[in-house]
Amino acid sequence: MYSNIKTCVLQGLTGSIVEVETDLSRGLPVFNIVGLPDISIKESKERVRTAIKNSGYDFPLSRITINLVPANLKKEGSQMDLAIAVGILKSSGVIIDENLNDIVFVGELSLEGKVNPIEGALAIIISLRELGVKRCVVPYDNRDECSVIKDMEIIPVESLGQTVDYLNGEIVIERYRKSFENGFKEDEFTLDFADIKGQAGLKRALEVAVSGGHNILVIGPPGAGKTMAARRIPSIMPELTFEEAIEVTKIYSITGLLKTNSLIKQRPFRAPHHTASAVSLIGGGRIPKPGEVSLAHNGVLFLDELPEFPRSVLEVLRQPLEDGTVTISRANATLTYPAKFVLVASMNPCPCGFLGDPVHTCTCSQASIDRYLGKISNPLLDRIDIHIEVLPVNYEELKGSKVEEDSATIRSRVNKARKIQLDRYRELGIYSNSQIPNKYIKKFCKLSRSAETIMNQAFNKYNFSGRTYNKLLKVSRTIADLDGSDIIDDRHILESIRYRTLDNKYWG
Amino acid sequence: MDITNRDIIIWLNSIGASNLSIQKLNTHFLELKDIWEVDSDSILKIHGLSKELKTKILANRKIYNLEKLFKRIKELELNVITIYDESYPKRLRYIYDSPSVLYTKGKALNYEDISIAIVGSRKSTAYGRWACEKFAKELVDMGVTIVSGLAAGIDAMAHKTALENSGTTIGILGNGINVIYPKKNLSLYKEMEENGTIISEFPIDMPPLAHNFPLRNRIISGLSLGVIIIEAQEKSGSLITAHHALEQGKDVFALPGNINSIFSKGTNKLIKDGARPLLEIEDIIEEIHELKNNIVPKKVDIDYSDFSDIETKVLKSLEEGPLHSDTIVYKTGLDISTINSVLTILELKGVIKELTGRTFVMN
Repeated sequence: MYSNIKTCVLQGLTGSIVEVETDLSRGLPVFNIVGLPDISIKESKERVRTAIKNSGYDFPLSRITINLVPANLKKEGSQMDLAIAVGILKSSGVIIDENLNDIVFVGELSLEGKVNPIEGALAIIISLRELGVKRCVVPYDNRDECSVIKDMEIIPVESLGQTVDYLNGEIVIERYRKSFENGFKEDEFTLDFADIKGQAGLKRALEVAVSGGHNILVIGPPGAGKTMAARRIPSIMPELTFEEAIEVTKIYSITGLLKTNSLIKQRPFRAPHHTASAVSLIGGGRIPKPGEVSLAHNGVLFLDELPEFPRSVLEVLRQPLEDGTVTISRANATLTYPAKFVLVASMNPCPCGFLGDPVHTCTCSQASIDRYLGKISNPLLDRIDIHIEVLPVNYEELKGSKVEEDSATIRSRVNKARKIQLDRYRELGIYSNSQIPNKYIKKFCKLSRSAETIMNQAFNKYNFSGRTYNKLLKVSRTIADLDGSDIIDDRHILESIRYRTLDNKYWG
Repeated sequence: MDITNRDIIIWLNSIGASNLSIQKLNTHFLELKDIWEVDSDSILKIHGLSKELKTKILANRKIYNLEKLFKRIKELELNVITIYDESYPKRLRYIYDSPSVLYTKGKALNYEDISIAIVGSRKSTAYGRWACEKFAKELVDMGVTIVSGLAAGIDAMAHKTALENSGTTIGILGNGINVIYPKKNLSLYKEMEENGTIISEFPIDMPPLAHNFPLRNRIISGLSLGVIIIEAQEKSGSLITAHHALEQGKDVFALPGNINSIFSKGTNKLIKDGARPLLEIEDIIEEIHELKNNIVPKKVDIDYSDFSDIETKVLKSLEEGPLHSDTIVYKTGLDISTINSVLTILELKGVIKELTGRTFVMN
């Protein structure tokens, strides 16, 4: 008896449909799987055999041949178990429904016959929708994640037995729907910007950075509050749009990092330690998995103590920072993952940290300072829009009774500015000012006449480069958006200049 | 090729003869060029010369060596002044251990002009850099030539300020004139060649050696009428310059600093030992009489009517001294985005300046 069941495999973030052909014929009882399966699929033989037996069905005593079509595509993952089991049961006549062609089965089997959750369920569902599939049987525990996609019938199953009963029409499983709350819940953050006394300049710079998605470099001695402020960035980040949320969830889904099994609603904040390797940062492995840059997609990648990262690790950031994607090539596959993140980096001005500190004395030699700063290459610096220097807060400000702004207030401004940007760039498919392609800069970043004069003066005074010009415009655009202004005015350009005057000082 | 005494001095310098040895040879021989003619025995017999130098003289006494040397000097577009030349700076002639040969590059100078040295540590504080720039500019405005050591830090700052204000400046090197050290100063070095003057007493290609740097300090103080020490740690080359200056009878000015800053330990100690504390440019004018005719009228106080209300508020807060931009926010009660833009506009107008770490000061 022959049967044909559909399932799905993932390569990176894109899935393809795989047909599981099953044939039972007379002969010595053997169980063969052909069609480029990897080890995890070969092992599914044992799971499938035991699961069928423990679900109360007979495992056919005949020669079983399973072929995975297309045969030239390498397949991996345990999500084919369910499809293989259904195929065998259909061939042996346990499942009588003839019309299984429009259903895709994904799920891993336990020996008991339960359907276990799989990694990458959302990515699979999204790909299947694009391939025109209308109905999909998924593990019960993946149902929340999958229900994000509205125009597909999601059938959650708990066990193999339940699946067979459903297919035979003995029970009805309702299509799973979960209403997606539009607009996100007011998330609870334990860390708040109100905790930071003083440091108005740093807070403002971070506000501008997250509003426009600009990369930012914070330089200052230890104890200035660099890390403290960075840890609080998630509390002021703009809301994820639905499209962005899907992109983020997809990546977390395939790496198995999806904790809640539902749509991710907070922008990711990734803070890899400086001992991280280049591979862990951009992704890799035999079958390349996404790295930190992709996990930070649509969110923030925070690199504390930037020069402590090995130079080779920092240089791999250049391509993702430029393109917003990262392409990883290995012998088995070449995959591209999205990596549009805001880079927040912090560093000391010298190895001991106290260069320029008003109270402590720096003990570094000039050569060691040069070596330290030299770790940050110019191409990398060029990709960072905002540079800001911080000093420790003085006592007067610490004891001061001035009430600091809380994160919610800042976030409402950020959200407003981001909304303006989303509306403006709707047709371009970008989300923020930092992503404006160069050819559109003139169109979107219009300067008032007096602002142009100031730009001219500033160029003569600070010797800015051409690349800096574009950055100033983008940052000014964000500042104007925060101000609710259509045109970039004097005060916007003047403020943005403050964030660029550091280059010459450290890397002159 | 007709060999002159002058050629021999340059040649002796190039093979590493010290100024003292050159003097000895000069008194030993009737004419210095006789070195070239006499047999090797009479050279080996000279008293008071190291054996090493004698062998070097004998080994290098070849006409093509001499030709190569002068070709090199021509290629590098160097100007060479020896102690026997008319153009040799008078001020250097009477100091202890006068350099026999000076290699110079850049603008030709009148060494009798008023010149003042500004030296300081390689690593400096924002305060030091600010003071260095301020005094260098004020001196240049009075037509003073700024002399310094072309090292990193304060030295580089002094040269840069002089060049930016189209003044004359002399950089004294502690290595061969064609060697750029520190490498970071490459662009400054090029600009000094163009618009300033660089001088070295060391032979061409001489690498930067630690023991040569204190030596060149005697030339820095020797060429100047006075020496300003901006910042110096307890043990600093700048203090050697001050020491030379005192020995040569020059005025020493030291910039007072915090008593708890290690960068001002040396200068504060100089003041304790009798150097004149440098509080304002008048301190220099009082001591160096030649400057009396060059005084430029002082800038009048800032006229606040040129500025908007907010700008005035920020300027007033800066009157008490340098402030961090966050502190300006705190003092004025304005929000940071306004302060940021006001600071930029005031900086563009040239009334304030950023020191370091977003600390601002009135110009």
